[in-house]
Amino acid sequence: MAFEKDFNLDATELRLGLPGTSDEQASTTLRIGNKRALPDMNEDSSVAAAKKCDQETAPPTKAQVVGWPPIRSYRKNNLQTKKTEVETCGMYVKVSMDGAPYLRKIDLKMYKGYPELLKAMEDMFKFKVGKYSEREGYNGSEFVPTYEDKDGDWMLVGDVPWEMFVNSCKKLRIMKGSEARGLGCVV
Amino acid sequence: MMNYFPDEVLEHVFDSIASHKDRNSVSLVCKSWYRIERYSRRRVFIGNCYSISPERLIARFPGLKSLTLKGKPHFADFNLVPYDWGGFVYPWIKALAESGIGLEELRLKRMVVSDESLELLSKSFANFKSLVLVSCEGFSADGLAAVAANCRFLRELDLQENEVDDHRGHWLSCFPESCTSLVSLNFACLKGEVNLGALERLVSRSPNLKSLRLNRLVPLDTLQKLLMRAPQLVDLGIGSYVHDPSSEASNKLKHAIQRCKSIVSLSGFLEVAPRCMSAIYPICGNLTTLNLSYAPGLHGNKLTKLIQHCRKLQRLWILDRIGDKGLGVVASTCKELQELRVFPSDPFGAGNDAVTEEGLVLVSAGCPKLNSLLYFCQQMTNAALITVARNCPNFIRFRLCILDPVKPDPVTNQPLDEGFGAIVQSCKRLKRLSLSGLLTDQVFLYIGMYAEQLEMLSIAFAADSDKGMLYVLNGCKKLRKLEIRDCPFGNSALLEDVGKYETMRSLWMSSCEVTLGGCKTVAEKMPSLNVEIINESDQTEFNLDEGQKVDKMYLYRTLVGHRKDAPESVWIL
Repeated sequence: MAFEKDFNLDATELRLGLPGTSDEQASTTLRIGNKRALPDMNEDSSVAAAKKCDQETAPPTKAQVVGWPPIRSYRKNNLQTKKTEVETCGMYVKVSMDGAPYLRKIDLKMYKGYPELLKAMEDMFKFKVGKYSEREGYNGSEFVPTYEDKDGDWMLVGDVPWEMFVNSCKKLRIMKGSEARGLGCVV
Repeated sequence: MMNYFPDEVLEHVFDSIASHKDRNSVSLVCKSWYRIERYSRRRVFIGNCYSISPERLIARFPGLKSLTLKGKPHFADFNLVPYDWGGFVYPWIKALAESGIGLEELRLKRMVVSDESLELLSKSFANFKSLVLVSCEGFSADGLAAVAANCRFLRELDLQENEVDDHRGHWLSCFPESCTSLVSLNFACLKGEVNLGALERLVSRSPNLKSLRLNRLVPLDTLQKLLMRAPQLVDLGIGSYVHDPSSEASNKLKHAIQRCKSIVSLSGFLEVAPRCMSAIYPICGNLTTLNLSYAPGLHGNKLTKLIQHCRKLQRLWILDRIGDKGLGVVASTCKELQELRVFPSDPFGAGNDAVTEEGLVLVSAGCPKLNSLLYFCQQMTNAALITVARNCPNFIRFRLCILDPVKPDPVTNQPLDEGFGAIVQSCKRLKRLSLSGLLTDQVFLYIGMYAEQLEMLSIAFAADSDKGMLYVLNGCKKLRKLEIRDCPFGNSALLEDVGKYETMRSLWMSSCEVTLGGCKTVAEKMPSLNVEIINESDQTEFNLDEGQKVDKMYLYRTLVGHRKDAPESVWIL
């Protein structure tokens, strides 16, 4: 679900292209995209144009338009500082495994992505996860990695972009066996 | 008959006229009223520092005591203006200092303020009382030290969201022991440490202190001591608020806070541990203003619980972490709410925490007095806007920012023309409007038709053709500021009625379709306007191609012609 949102955000005319393009280039791209100026312009065309962009595949990088959203630099800088503070303190979350006598803690900031995190968890608890697919979750193992997010919901690890996961993960739980079945695990 | 009144009587009558607009009108009645008005004028507001010169200001208003100046265009806030564009306050302070004017109050917004200016200011005006700097830059703690040391009767030092260079905190120690006149002290935006002992002593000897806003580096025990010494505070900005609720320090703090029965405005929480908020509950019932927009640490239950205690709230600034549900709590608790600002906590994120149209609809239904809105959201629908327009016809300021700026109504996939149309049609007193989302020329037709009181309009990534801009220029008779970015407006729109720009303060157009030739034409036809082209990239072809599209254009009316302090990247036509 979140990935879809990502596509909407990034796949509009406002995508500045791949990382590494200059801002100037980016604004030009923007303008051309925004013109939607077909000679027989009408509402339907503009909607069609927007839809067309939906279909364009864009890598889900966080492209930024200069000066958008319109937030004062001071405010942006001060909120971002907060984030850095959290980063330097490490982001320890509890990890539990069904059936294990005690919990462990790991620092999410130590890992660059899901493969590393899962490997670390596998090493820690001596188990193996199955193969991940968006459609079916983890296939081929009775262990399924899950996490509790900010809203208190239990989510499957791996669905959302890594950064979003790190920022919303409150604790990890390796579910086992029948409980895991509900999350799309096919044993 | 009025001609036979002695001047003093008229002066006395004029004294009761506070609004700048009204005083300006008074001065136009006849020569003798002009004369009396100008000698008795104490406060002047200059919305664009380049529209007039300090010399002319001083010549006309020799009795000036309070000056407000604004410098850079609004879009400078979003990095669209080069840092050296202009807006220097030094020439103003120098001219005022040399003129013998008894300046007592200076309020600056988006200006460049050097330490040299602050020092000159502090030494030139014996009765100087109040310095307010908003979104300014160019000074360090050294400049503040000069103000503290030399302004013997200082009442107000209010620093809001400035980028201050230096991090040394000795400036606070520069307030002499004899300074006991402070009413307002706000240094929340300073990054450096301050001398805590000096701060405590300063607060202790300031019996009139009503407003105190601390920065992040004032620790908890100091906060507690300050509150004990200043229970008369009306406005408090807490910097750091992290403590263990079961500790002795926390108890002492709770006690100190409870003594402050006059606090109606609370802000800050730049660092916060959410479980400590219960210490604040005792004063929440009195709060009319609450600014939590720099406190990303507050969200979920802790945040809503806090808000549930604030039944008298009139102004709330918050992060979108509050979520639609949290806004529902606001709607059911804060029946007196007039102003709501919801800022994004993660502007470039995928928006897990953000608010949607649902939150806004809830607030509009629960808070009928709502008249001012700034709302950053994931999405908006026409239906929601129509409902909001019906629930809240009293909007004076309506600024909506959908994080994806060309996003249509996600339910119908239509542009948001009808929704904004409903807003302008219903809110007959609307003075300021910011648009976003997918928008065609149609919304501008509505704005031109209905937004009769509109003074400021911000447009981005909207419209299909010049018609959009023309609808606005033709329809909005009271328009003063128009700022446009990334819209397909070109020379036809720009040149249709150049006389209109003389009735406005300024026009900004960036990444539009206007060309160098078009801008030159405006400049030629209207000598009373400064037409500035900002070109931050390669300046090679600057002089040649009239057909070249202009990256950024800023034009404004002025009585004093071209300014002399423009940098290389700015070309005044």
